Amino acid sequence: MTIIVKKTTQILVGIIVLFGAYIITHGHLTPGGGFAGGTIIAGAFILLILAYGDDVMHLRATKEDSSQLENIALFMFLLFGSLGMFMIPSVFFKNYLPLGTVGELLSAGVIPLFNFFVGIEVAAALFTIFLAFVILKEEDK
Amino acid sequence: MEYIISVLLILMIAGSIYTLHASDLLSAIVSYGIVGFGLVIIFLFLKAPDLAIVQIVVEIITLIIMIAVIRNSSKEDLQEGATIKLEGVRYVNLHQLIYISGATLLGIGLVYYFILSTAGLDAFGVHEMRMSQVYVEQGAELTGSANLVTGILFDFRGYDTLGEATILISAVVGILTILRIKGRK
Repeated sequence: MTIIVKKTTQILVGIIVLFGAYIITHGHLTPGGGFAGGTIIAGAFILLILAYGDDVMHLRATKEDSSQLENIALFMFLLFGSLGMFMIPSVFFKNYLPLGTVGELLSAGVIPLFNFFVGIEVAAALFTIFLAFVILKEEDK
Repeated sequence: MEYIISVLLILMIAGSIYTLHASDLLSAIVSYGIVGFGLVIIFLFLKAPDLAIVQIVVEIITLIIMIAVIRNSSKEDLQEGATIKLEGVRYVNLHQLIYISGATLLGIGLVYYFILSTAGLDAFGVHEMRMSQVYVEQGAELTGSANLVTGILFDFRGYDTLGEATILISAVVGILTILRIKGRK
């Protein structure tokens, strides 16, 4: 790519990742949530690879890392969901943490944790799909 | 608002029809993007910003992935499909007659059961909200979440979210498996 694309990407990628993190952490207050923020973060990484080419990260390691990360994130999501079965009204996906006041950042019990792990899972999954479609073909040539 | 949405819908239909008749695969994909981005604007008019955010980012990523796949695929694949000619059937086959009559009977039966099953529903336009009324009224108190959509998705409907995440993981595993087999050939 040209230097204009590279410089613009260099400035924008951090802001895009920050925006995705904002969408994820404020998922219980403003529109958005784990799915939206995860796709935005995956988009930032895809932009980085499109602008700088394949050798910006050590790609062979990154694919396995992102695949492992999404498995771990889904497992943590399941774990936090099943922790509700040990509480007194034992229900799967029970909201067992204190709810707090509506509208503050630290409120809504386990919903921010679920948002966080679903965001990691979605970002890793979309990034892995992109790597599989774009990189695996070029490795074989 | 209905006029704007119907204009957008007509635009989306025109884009998808052009996709079928485009001479180039790349222009077909770009015109197919009209459907996704029109849907984003429709979501914004219908006051669904959660869906609009997800839709616009997923649409961009999907377009990028499809364009990358088309750039990687060779030209021979593209021209191979263009030379296939379909030959018309000249006479009536007995097997085909049996298949067509069977499909027609199945369709009539399905329509009959559809009419039977929808007889007990409410009249058209009358909407009785038993469950969602509770969600709308007490959702903020029960979940502590100011955004009602997230409160429903991650608290009341936690199973749904778990299923969506599992579907995403199985899609990734399937894609990695298929591409790996092709790579090692």
